[in-house]
Amino acid sequence: MSTSSPALPASEQVRSDLLRPLLQTSWKFYVLVAFLGAIVVAALAAWVTQMTLGFGISGIRWPVYWGFYVTNFVFWIGISHAGTLISAILRLVNAGWRRPVTRCAEVITAFALIIGAMFPLIHLGRPWLAFWLFPYPSERMIWPNFRSPLVWDFFAINTYLTGSLLFLFLPMLPDFAIVRDRATGMRRRIYGVLALGWRGTPTQWHRLETAMQIMAVAIIPVAVSVHTIVSFDFSMAPVPMWQTTIFGPYFVAGAIFSGIAGLIIAMAILRRVLHLERYLHPVHFQNLGKLMLVMALLWGYFVFNERLVTYYGNGASEMQVFWRTQRLTFAPLYWTMVVCNFVLPLVIMGISRFRTITGCVIASIGVVIGMWLERFLIIVPSLGHKYLPYSFGTYSPQPVEIVITVGTFAAMTLLYVLFAKFVPIISIWELTAVQHPSPALIPPATAEHPLGETHA
Amino acid sequence: MKAIYGLYTHGASAQSAVDRLRAAGVADKDITVLSPEPREDLALSHMHSRTYMWHFACLGGVIGFSAATALAYISETSWPLNVGGLPVVAWWPNLIIMFELTMLGAIVATIITLIVSAGLGVTRRGIYDPEVTSGSILVGVENPPDSSVDAFEQALSAPPGARVKKI
Repeated sequence: MSTSSPALPASEQVRSDLLRPLLQTSWKFYVLVAFLGAIVVAALAAWVTQMTLGFGISGIRWPVYWGFYVTNFVFWIGISHAGTLISAILRLVNAGWRRPVTRCAEVITAFALIIGAMFPLIHLGRPWLAFWLFPYPSERMIWPNFRSPLVWDFFAINTYLTGSLLFLFLPMLPDFAIVRDRATGMRRRIYGVLALGWRGTPTQWHRLETAMQIMAVAIIPVAVSVHTIVSFDFSMAPVPMWQTTIFGPYFVAGAIFSGIAGLIIAMAILRRVLHLERYLHPVHFQNLGKLMLVMALLWGYFVFNERLVTYYGNGASEMQVFWRTQRLTFAPLYWTMVVCNFVLPLVIMGISRFRTITGCVIASIGVVIGMWLERFLIIVPSLGHKYLPYSFGTYSPQPVEIVITVGTFAAMTLLYVLFAKFVPIISIWELTAVQHPSPALIPPATAEHPLGETHA
Repeated sequence: MKAIYGLYTHGASAQSAVDRLRAAGVADKDITVLSPEPREDLALSHMHSRTYMWHFACLGGVIGFSAATALAYISETSWPLNVGGLPVVAWWPNLIIMFELTMLGAIVATIITLIVSAGLGVTRRGIYDPEVTSGSILVGVENPPDSSVDAFEQALSAPPGARVKKI
């Protein structure tokens, strides 16, 4: 992976380009917000209908109690791994090319986590009783079972969400100050509050960069733990093809995989819509594409492990679930998943000629579809075919679940659009800082890099 | 006079202004420097760079770990549920809670340390000029003694491209 920084425009041009979306609003913005907002409202109406009429209008019933909602929960938590984890790793290794990418990525984490965390509430049926999940002593003599993976989820997701929001917010302080100094009226006051009195003293810069380093170190293991713990929701249960030690790393790899795909799609849309061609270069997509290729290979490796061990073990119940996905009811979805998650990225990202922005986006769309199918195929076939025949059953999603699922994709897009409207989607100060690298950080020129290579 | 400061578009000029203020007898702690981005290429950005943020982060982690240990232990022993044959206080599952709250403690401590040590807050204190966020570097002195104003003005205006302001 290249660490060289692509050429960037001068500082004033950077400020002007990246503040333009905040200061100018096209009619297309309002149309898009109205369109996405309508879908979100439809999803909220579907949710209210489900609360009013009861869970019976969904397709979730014994024995398949986890359907689209838990699929979406795991999927969005996985997508959230795009941002903070990737950004933290790139910050720690001081990859120069990360600068235009990090905030685009961190925003995905924040919103995907919020959306993902909604699904346990939606899945409750009676969300006003959600506080029963929280770890507090109650007069009903119910105390959370600290040995339950659901309580682990509560702690892990909230820690990751808190860390990710702060990791996103901290580097925005200097950018809020830039907007504050250019805005007037109410907008100036709002950005003034958000900037927390930022002035740009050497102490503030130093503390901010130190805090970002500490946050990066802390957030990486938390990110890994979150999806490991989400995998424990499954692997701690005596259900065929769930109780396996490989689920932790398998889920983490899958989360990073789908996260990178989500990031590539978001970057490509931003590049096109906000005219960020001078900042999001093909090299950014190529580097992320190479990372996605590595994750595709890793994903294939884990799937092979999972499948081979089950096949070789030849347990009766496990083999029934195995064949349901390989040859029977779920085979079309399973093989679509394999094509989307393995064949497509391997071909497109593996051949350098195809590793263009368009190629990266096509492969990423495939991966997002494939990873959603993977979550679905982990949950539904196993729950519908447990150890004893009396617990066999089927699942067919109902309109309410489909509308809510589509609504979450619209909600994610809407939140992203609104964020890009009110906050510079690329960190301005991090881009302008690269023009003043510390001399100590510039290695001398080499035959390979005749102009030297900036690691700042 | 509340302050006297110069605005510089080039880092070398700002550094020269800092050096001249030092030569005029101003201590580092009394020189205000504001820049639109971190300028690690300049010596002026390395003033006040000592921090105990890592120590406070570790302390936050210890507090988080202790809180998680106490929460899990007290909860489990107060309502001893039998879950799948596990002991009442099952340390392997508890490690997850302890890990998460350790990291949360470290993160929260880092943020508190940042806010306190960097002087962040809703209101802005000290010299400021909006030209800083437009790319200029500000070098100045707050509450200069009347007898030194001329010397400071001379020091600040000497570097090329300087624009000196008094407020």
